[in-house]
Amino acid sequence: MPAFLFWLFAGVMLVFGALVVINRNPIASALSLVVCFLGLAALFISLDAFFIGIIQVLVYAGAVMVLFLFIIMLLDLRAEERRRMNWVAFTGGFVVAFSLLVQILAVISRTQMAKQAFPPLASQQVDDVRNIGLLLFGNYNLPFQIIAVVILVATVGVIVLSKRQLR
Amino acid sequence: MNPTTFFIFTTLLKIVGIVFVVILPMVSYAVYAERKVSALIQDRLGPNRVGPAGLFQPIADAMKFVLKEDFTPAHVNKFYYWLAPCLAMVPAITTVAVVPFGSTLFGVPMVIADINVGVLFVFAIASLGVYGIVIGGWASNSKYPFLGGLRSTSQMISYELSLGLAVIPIFLLIGNLRLTEVVHYQINHGWLIVPFAGDWRNPLGWLLAVPMWISFAVFAIAVFAETNRLPFDLPEAETELVGGYHTEYSSMKFALFFLGEYAAMITGSAIIVTLFLGGWHFPGIPDGSHGWIFGLINIFVFFAKIAVLLFVFIWVRFTLPRFRYDQLMRLGWVFFFEIALVNIFWAAAILTFFDR
Amino acid sequence: MSINVARPKLTWSERLYLPAIAAGMAITLRHFKNMLFRRTKVTMEYPEEKWDSQLPEHYRGAPALVKDESGRIRCVACQLCEFICPPRAIKIEPGEIPAQDRFSKVEKYPREFDIDMIRCIFCGMCEEVCPEQAIFLRKDYAITGLTRAEMVHDKEKLLEIGGVMHGVVLKWNEKK
Repeated sequence: MPAFLFWLFAGVMLVFGALVVINRNPIASALSLVVCFLGLAALFISLDAFFIGIIQVLVYAGAVMVLFLFIIMLLDLRAEERRRMNWVAFTGGFVVAFSLLVQILAVISRTQMAKQAFPPLASQQVDDVRNIGLLLFGNYNLPFQIIAVVILVATVGVIVLSKRQLR
Repeated sequence: MNPTTFFIFTTLLKIVGIVFVVILPMVSYAVYAERKVSALIQDRLGPNRVGPAGLFQPIADAMKFVLKEDFTPAHVNKFYYWLAPCLAMVPAITTVAVVPFGSTLFGVPMVIADINVGVLFVFAIASLGVYGIVIGGWASNSKYPFLGGLRSTSQMISYELSLGLAVIPIFLLIGNLRLTEVVHYQINHGWLIVPFAGDWRNPLGWLLAVPMWISFAVFAIAVFAETNRLPFDLPEAETELVGGYHTEYSSMKFALFFLGEYAAMITGSAIIVTLFLGGWHFPGIPDGSHGWIFGLINIFVFFAKIAVLLFVFIWVRFTLPRFRYDQLMRLGWVFFFEIALVNIFWAAAILTFFDR
Repeated sequence: MSINVARPKLTWSERLYLPAIAAGMAITLRHFKNMLFRRTKVTMEYPEEKWDSQLPEHYRGAPALVKDESGRIRCVACQLCEFICPPRAIKIEPGEIPAQDRFSKVEKYPREFDIDMIRCIFCGMCEEVCPEQAIFLRKDYAITGLTRAEMVHDKEKLLEIGGVMHGVVLKWNEKK
C-alpha cells in the first residue's frame, strides 16, 4: 500500500480521536468517533485484513455508534455544552496521557524487534475469513463459547432488569 | 499499457459507467416508474405532460430541484444540516462497488471491486446509510425530523440483524463470501431461489429449497425495512411526521435524500438479484467469454432483473398500509430474527446430513 | 351506558396476515393490468379531449347578450339582472335611444354592460329574470384572463359571445 495512504488514515484517526474529546457537543463527539472507526477500518483493509476492517465498520460504526447516537439523542445533554472547563482535571488527564505516551515510546525504542523492518505480508490469496473461522472455532473454541455464554447472560440480565422496572 | 495502468483505467471506466450511465438515470427513472405505476394501480394516468408518455418528467424534476432556492432554516445546525444529504446518498451508491453486474466484457470482469468479503462490505456500507437520516433529523432541530431520525436508528438496528442472519444459509452452502463466487455457484447449480433446478433427482436441492425460500423472504422484507420503503417507512411517515427526517429540507438537498432512497432501493435489489436470482445469469445465454455481445446481454439481464424487483417494491408500496411502530419492532425482533436463526440451524443440519 | 363490542376472534390464517396481503397484491395487480391494457375508463384528458359536443341544452356557461334577427341589441337596460345578480357581477349604465331611431319607443339601451366573470357564479338568474330575452347563458366555460380587468366582459365581448338569437319573441317590431 502506498505510504501516503497510511499517513492519511492515521492522521484522520488521530485528528478525529482528539475531536471526540475536544467537542463539547455529544453528538459531534459520537460522529467524530465514527470517522475514527472508519479510519481504523481503512488501516485494517490496507493490511489486506478485509474481514476485520469490514467488521469494524459493520459492528462499531454501523451498529454500536448508531445505538450510542440513539441514546445521546434521547438524553438531554445540553448541560454538557455549558459546563466550564475543569483545569485541574484537564492538566491531570494531560499529564497521565503524556506520561503513557513517553512510556510507550521508551519501551518501543528499546525493543530489538521494533528496529528491524517487518517481514512482508502473506500473499493476498489467503482467505482471511476462512482463517479466522478456523482459528476461532478450532484453537479458541472454548474461550469463544464462554464469551458467547457471557454475552447471552448479559442480554438476559438486561431484559430482566428492564422488565422489572416497567412493573 | 502495463497491467496496473490498464486496471486503473478500466476500473475508473466501470465506476463512471455504472454510476453515471446506469445507476443515476435508473434512479431518476425509478422515480418516474414509481409515479407511473402508482397511477396505474390507482386507476389514474400518471405523468404524461412532458415528452411522450411523460418520459422526460425526470429531467423536468431535476431542473426544478436544481433551480429551486436552496433554503437553510435559521434554527438548524448548519454544518450537519449540509452534511446529512451527502451521507444519505454516498453509501447507497458505494454499495454497487462489490456487486458483479455482468460477466466479462472484452475480458474485463464486470465488477468494480471483487473483494473476498463482498456481502459483508455491502452490509457495512448499508449500515452507514442510517447516519444521513439520523444526522438530518437531528440537525434540523425540530420535532418531526427528530422523531424520524430516532425511529430510523432503531428500525435499522432491528432489521440489520435479520438481514445478516438471513444470508448465512447461502454462505453455508457456498462456502465463500465473494459475490462473484455466489453467481458462479448459481450458474453451475441453479439459482438459489430454485436450488433443485437442473438436478431434479437430487433430494438435497429439494430439501434446501425451503430454507432458501425462507431466507429470500426474510432478506427481501429486511431490505424493505432497510431502504425505508412503504410497509416500513416509519422514519418519514407522512401521515404522522409530516415528512419525517426531511421535513426541513428543500430543493437539491431534499433531492439528495430522495435519490438516496431510490439508489438504496436499486442496490438492495441488486443484492437480492445477486444472492438469490442468479445475478447476471439467464438460462441459455452464455457469458461474456463467447463474444462481447453476450457480455452486454449479461449486463442487460442483470439490470432487467433489478427493474422487475423495483416494480415489486413499488407494487408493495401501493398495496400495503404502513405498520404501526410497535408492530414493526415486534415483527423484526420476535419473528424475523427467530425465523432467520432457526433457518440457519436447519440449513446447517441439512448440509451436515448430506455432507456435500 | 357503554357498549362493549367484542373483539373479533381471528383464525390462525387471519392472524398470519399473509393471505390478506396476497389478496391485496392481487387486487392492485389487477388494477395495474387493466389500466395497462386500457380496459379501465379514466378521466378525460381535458385540454386535448373536450366534452363540448355533449354539453346538454340547459348547460349554464358564460352569460352573454344577444341580438335579434334585425341586428338590434335586445337589452333595454331595465337593470333587473343587475338587481337580481347574487354576487353583483353585472354593472349596467343605461343610455337614451334618440327620437329619430326606429326603436325609439324602447327608450333605453345599455351604454355600458359589464359582467365581472370573477364574481359570476353561473346561477342563471339573469337569464331567468330578463323580461326581454336579452341575456342568455351560453356554453362557454373556459373563461380565462391574465388580469382582473381582462376578466370583466364588456358589452362588445358579451355580444361577441352571444351572437344572434333566432326564434325569440320580437315584441318591439312595428309590423307584428
